[in-house]
Amino acid sequence: MGVYLAQFLSGLASASALFLAASGLSIIFGVTRVVNFAHGSFYMLGAYFGYSLVRNLGGGALGFWVALLIASIAVGLVGLLVEVIILRRLYKAPELFQLIATFGVILVIQDVVFWYWGAENLLGPRAPGLSGIVRIFDVPMPVYDLALIAIGPLVLLGLWLLFNRTRWGVLVRAATEDREMVGALGVNQSLLFTGVFVLGSALAGLGGAIQLPKGDANLLMDFGILAEVFVVTVVGGMGSIFGAFLAAVLISELNTFGILVWPNGTLVLMFILMAVILIVRPTGLLGRPETIGQKTETGPVEVVLPAGPHYKIFVAVVIALLALLPLLVDDFILVLVTDILVLALFATSLHFLMSTGGLVSFGHAAFYGGGAYAAALLVTYAATPFELALLLAPFGAGLLALVIGWFCVRLSGVYFAMLTLAFAQVAWSVVFQWSDVTNGDDGLLGIWPAAWASGTATYYYVAFVVAAAGIFLIRRVVFAPFGYGLRATRDSSLRAAAIGIDIKRQQLAAFVFAGVMAGLAGGLFAFSKGSVFPDEMSIPRSFDALLMVLLGGIESLSGPVVGAAAFTWLHDELITFEYWRLLLGVVIVALVLLFPQGLGGAARHHVGRYLKLEASPGDLRSATPKREQRA
Amino acid sequence: MLEIRGIHSYYGQAHILTDVSLTLSKGEIVVLLGRNGAGKSTTIKSIMGMVRVTEGSIAYDGEEVLGEPANRIARRGLGYVPEERRIFTRLSVQENLDCGRQPAREGTRNWTADDMFDLFPNLAEARHRPGGTLSGGEQQMLTIARTLMGNPGCILLDEPSEGLAPVVVEQIIKVVKEIKAQGIPVLLSEQNLYFAGLVSDRAYVIETGHIRYEGSMRELEENDEVRQQYLAV
Ligand SMILES: Nc1ncnc2c1ncn2[C@@H]1O[C@H](COP(=O)(O)OP(=O)(O)OP(=O)(O)O)[C@@H](O)[C@H]1O
Ligand SMILES: [Mg+2]
Repeated sequence: MGVYLAQFLSGLASASALFLAASGLSIIFGVTRVVNFAHGSFYMLGAYFGYSLVRNLGGGALGFWVALLIASIAVGLVGLLVEVIILRRLYKAPELFQLIATFGVILVIQDVVFWYWGAENLLGPRAPGLSGIVRIFDVPMPVYDLALIAIGPLVLLGLWLLFNRTRWGVLVRAATEDREMVGALGVNQSLLFTGVFVLGSALAGLGGAIQLPKGDANLLMDFGILAEVFVVTVVGGMGSIFGAFLAAVLISELNTFGILVWPNGTLVLMFILMAVILIVRPTGLLGRPETIGQKTETGPVEVVLPAGPHYKIFVAVVIALLALLPLLVDDFILVLVTDILVLALFATSLHFLMSTGGLVSFGHAAFYGGGAYAAALLVTYAATPFELALLLAPFGAGLLALVIGWFCVRLSGVYFAMLTLAFAQVAWSVVFQWSDVTNGDDGLLGIWPAAWASGTATYYYVAFVVAAAGIFLIRRVVFAPFGYGLRATRDSSLRAAAIGIDIKRQQLAAFVFAGVMAGLAGGLFAFSKGSVFPDEMSIPRSFDALLMVLLGGIESLSGPVVGAAAFTWLHDELITFEYWRLLLGVVIVALVLLFPQGLGGAARHHVGRYLKLEASPGDLRSATPKREQRA
Repeated sequence: MLEIRGIHSYYGQAHILTDVSLTLSKGEIVVLLGRNGAGKSTTIKSIMGMVRVTEGSIAYDGEEVLGEPANRIARRGLGYVPEERRIFTRLSVQENLDCGRQPAREGTRNWTADDMFDLFPNLAEARHRPGGTLSGGEQQMLTIARTLMGNPGCILLDEPSEGLAPVVVEQIIKVVKEIKAQGIPVLLSEQNLYFAGLVSDRAYVIETGHIRYEGSMRELEENDEVRQQYLAV
């Protein structure tokens, strides 16, 4: 009995930090309609700030709590900077650009933290006066846990008072429903948005700070908490603070009890919980369906046209050049171009999902890495020959995509993006932690191609043929009936449903197809490097793919190929710096702010029309459905 | 008071208003009549800075407001009552009124929530109920009351009688007359000629984004040709 009570209390204690972070995300999203992907970084900053402040403010109980509070306020100020400098300019941009920009912020914060605090995990300080143990039914229980248990409901109460008893809070709730109307009543939306963003960031910072005495501050916590927060939000319902509380408690309890019952199965339990909730209540426990005034924009969607005559010649020339490349350049360049080809296939698969399927995935690397690991595991444990492993890799990834996609297609827009990111993080954790099988962080080594394909030039040809075939196949699918059906669904799901298209099934098929193609790229990658590390599944890798698509411009099918080349070049330029993440982050933010249509989009707009790289709409026999004008 | 000269408005690439001009003087109620989709709401939203206007000028109290964000325009004293009502469904009636509250302006009446409850007794009873639970008529009253809380110097009232029972329309007419008695000018958009005739001094008729007729309300009521051609009555 006592054991269960203690376990229950410990679950409540760990729910608090999670709740603080999740409520901050929810509040920000409710008003600004921006999912702040840097929210996990704010949580991490809270922990690091808290760590340093506690050390500097002496050992007293007062100093400790003041330090945590200042840490939270400091994170709020960081939020202020991010909102004023970056997000304020992007509220009208498609959400994809907002998400990418906040990802740039993640990179910058990661490197700033690394620079100032170093890579070591910093063990959290004990809370003065609360470091002891109490016995509850004879089960020892850290006193600090009791403090944490109190903090969650206290913050919940404080937020409730703020939103129900102050005019500012009432305006925030009003803006959550219809922000344009709030503006038309004379309320300065910019100020409201900034205030909300600061509040949400400060909550995340507080969450990171209060968990210190139970844990630590480390460089991996940003993505770790982000995925958890997304799961809490999906379960609790976006925009509901009570929902966030409920879900945080539910998930924390599930974790603490799950460990007793099934030590290795807590992740599985979490999925089962999420599955049940998504089936019974797709909007989450306390979430509400979106109303008209708050619909979020999805990504930029343009009409994709089949190739025009000039374009076909252009592609033929490029292919011919690539075919002759080994005769023209040295091995160093060949390896580089092999990388580009692999990434081009990876990016094209994501581009397909985004532009044709209208599904913006933030976890596509799960399938790229999934393919790479499928191949590597087959070679390592089943001594599978190269050719067979490369052939099976995409199917491994496809299987994973089927499982993950089954959940994700139940949601749309930003919810879809959040869930894909959460799943990718889970997939990464499994690979990272399951070292008996995957070797964890040390990776799987010795994954080489068969002898006949092992020369640099030969493997280049293998990659070239496979990647080109993959990209060509994706292109065929875009213009096949399946592709048209997908686009019809993307543009008007109601009408697509009315003409008998099974939307979820079709989206799942697109998700799996994109996963298979990403897995093929992952397989190629594994054999080109001879090794696979968890990094290939990580969230930053997913963002790499998004960045490639963005660099190349989303409205063109060749965009991702150009984007992959541009990205590889950019990456190689930056990687020579110690703080390349910071530079990359700044570049991403700058790109998004300067070219909200995407770099390739801007270039094509000026050059493409002139060169007739795409067929003109008149050349089309079957009409491509055009997205309706939005206000 | 309010002077609109030759504005052109767009939704995306769609050109909706062409060279629309109209004026509203102190103490006047002016109605903008037109069929569904004629451009009445677009005209009002253009004034509020909620639609893209590419040409022309919109002066309020002699100052150009074109290009300003909606909240700035509202702060100047233009009160907007949207056609779709757009009350905050999850906020109580009282909270809805609080959202509309603005500091008093010189020369305008300082309305309080209690004034609103006097003007709209139904709302007083529903004070603590969420806006979403109100009837259509009550919602229409709430949206007018919410705008009045901002102490506007001029009100843009978009189709207030749409879809309401005759009893409720009577109540709205009473309120519009009360607003007029306070000397606050109103730009009313309507399809309901009966309603318009009861309260308006002057009328404009709009069709496919063009102003087709302008004159006193009395003249319009006598002009069968215009009414038949543009108003389907
Ligand atoms: N958000 C929008 N996006 C694109 N077009 C719009 C939008 N809103 C209105 N329109 C178009 O603008 C034109 C004018 O619409 P408006 O709403 O101003 O008409 P209205 O006179 O207010 O009609 P109603 O009596 O139906 O309210 C219509 O053709 C309508 O289809
Ligand atoms: Mg209208």
